[in-house]
Amino acid sequence: MRGDAAASGSGCDSPVSFGLGRYRPRRRVRTLTGVCVAVGALVLVGCSSSSTTAPSAGSSAAAGNLSGTLVVFAATSLTEAFDKIGAQFHQAHPGVTVKFNYNGSSSLATSITQGAPADVFASASPKNMATVTDAGDATGTPQTFTSNTGEIMVESGNPMHIKTVKDLANPKVKVVVCAPTVPCGAVATAIFKNAGVTVKPVSEEQNVGGVVTKVTLGEADAGIVYVTDVKANETKATGVPIPADQNDVTEYPIVQVKGAPNSSAAKAFISYVLGPAGQQVLASFGFMPPG
Amino acid sequence: MSAVDQQKQPFNPLLALLAALAALFFVFPLIGLITGAPWGHVGEVITSKSSLDALGLSIIASLSSTAIALMFGFPLAWLLARGRFRGKGLLRGLTTLPMVLPPVVGGIALLLAYGRRGIIGEPLDKATGFSLPFTLAGVIVAESFVAMPFFVLTVESGLRSINQRLEDAARSLGAGRAMVFRRVTLPLLWPSLIAGTVLTWARALGEFGATITFAGNLPGRTQTMPLAVYISQSSGKMDEAIALSLVLVVVSLVVMIVRRQSPGTG
Repeated sequence: MRGDAAASGSGCDSPVSFGLGRYRPRRRVRTLTGVCVAVGALVLVGCSSSSTTAPSAGSSAAAGNLSGTLVVFAATSLTEAFDKIGAQFHQAHPGVTVKFNYNGSSSLATSITQGAPADVFASASPKNMATVTDAGDATGTPQTFTSNTGEIMVESGNPMHIKTVKDLANPKVKVVVCAPTVPCGAVATAIFKNAGVTVKPVSEEQNVGGVVTKVTLGEADAGIVYVTDVKANETKATGVPIPADQNDVTEYPIVQVKGAPNSSAAKAFISYVLGPAGQQVLASFGFMPPG
Repeated sequence: MSAVDQQKQPFNPLLALLAALAALFFVFPLIGLITGAPWGHVGEVITSKSSLDALGLSIIASLSSTAIALMFGFPLAWLLARGRFRGKGLLRGLTTLPMVLPPVVGGIALLLAYGRRGIIGEPLDKATGFSLPFTLAGVIVAESFVAMPFFVLTVESGLRSINQRLEDAARSLGAGRAMVFRRVTLPLLWPSLIAGTVLTWARALGEFGATITFAGNLPGRTQTMPLAVYISQSSGKMDEAIALSLVLVVVSLVVMIVRRQSPGTG
């Protein structure tokens, strides 16, 4: 499952906490030295702990007086990369505890427009970002920080011998995609259109994690996910690349949420993601530089 | 409780206040739904093909899982109420676990058991080429898993509350087992059966977590009303979500009211 990859990717010593998206049933509740905080009415149970870099007045002063909790709402596809970026950010700013809420970008956008207490929103497409900016719930202009592209994910070893997008049109192949309103669903729709095929999926998941789960559990034969998802799950699934002329690229914008409870940390986090350190982590997980 | 008992209760202002607060707690969300509804185009949303598909699926699946609960849940309830065997407590705990389990957890457990690579699902798939996830049958399985325990527990406690001497008396007067069941046990059990059936059906109708996890979400195939509501609201289509919610509220309310007024459920 997706949670496994996140756990191995970020490591158990990570000082960062993790949000709990709808499809991520494995809660990681850590109470070593930290405290558990439930944020809002969202399913966002997070904890923080830090064995070596305990927050102290001195260190936070050295890091520019940033402190408190930073709540980042991020697209599910960013899970592994943002867990790592969050850990590094915490090392740079030990006074700040970063909490992530990962879910489909459309769900996150809806939550934010309904007043969820987020500081930063990282969307997997400009369309879902527009939901937030159009509602006047963003501070400043969203900045594109990375981009991603589609790939077919199949069971390990590709038992159905799926080689092209056209193979997904075979009614014997169980295909799972994201719902059309979620960025990964928009990518899938574009890919099918570019390839000129009609694919009848067996399920439309609400975030890319749902697609990954269905394929890695063997319930579905194939799913349209991002190249980064295939890379993050390479031990549990196999990728079938999609030629560039059929593929679709989605750009990831990031913005500070209006009324962010921790606006100084939000600004610092956005700069960190856009800066060389953040970009390096994103690249290491297979993300492409912003278009 | 008889009417005489109720009359003897003196008016307690604190009790009344707390009860009123409890009632308001439930009333406000309902008012919220009603005032927040896009009345101008509720009809349009409700009668759209996708809504009707979801409603149809919900009704078929919830009724089917209720029927399954009656067919398999009744013998189980009987065994738990009347059987004498070791491990009964464990059996009861296991079969009623889904009542307290988060439904998403139930969905994952169902995948691992009856999914295409599950311990039962894999041999089934190999033998027949059929697998439950992403099918209407999968929706019914998920709803049964979550809802049937309500039937089993209700009927079991109903069976326990029957004075078995009445059955013994009927037997001693020459009635056969079948006749005792039909003429003594069943009439006494009727209120529990009705209550258990309605509870089970209502729980199945509202099922979300196990369904979306085990059966996926495909409009017209496995997308029941609660899934349609969730997908609408998480896609920012709040109007649609509220309109669909109202349908569920009305359907559920009608059934609960009918249940209260049906004879024998006092």
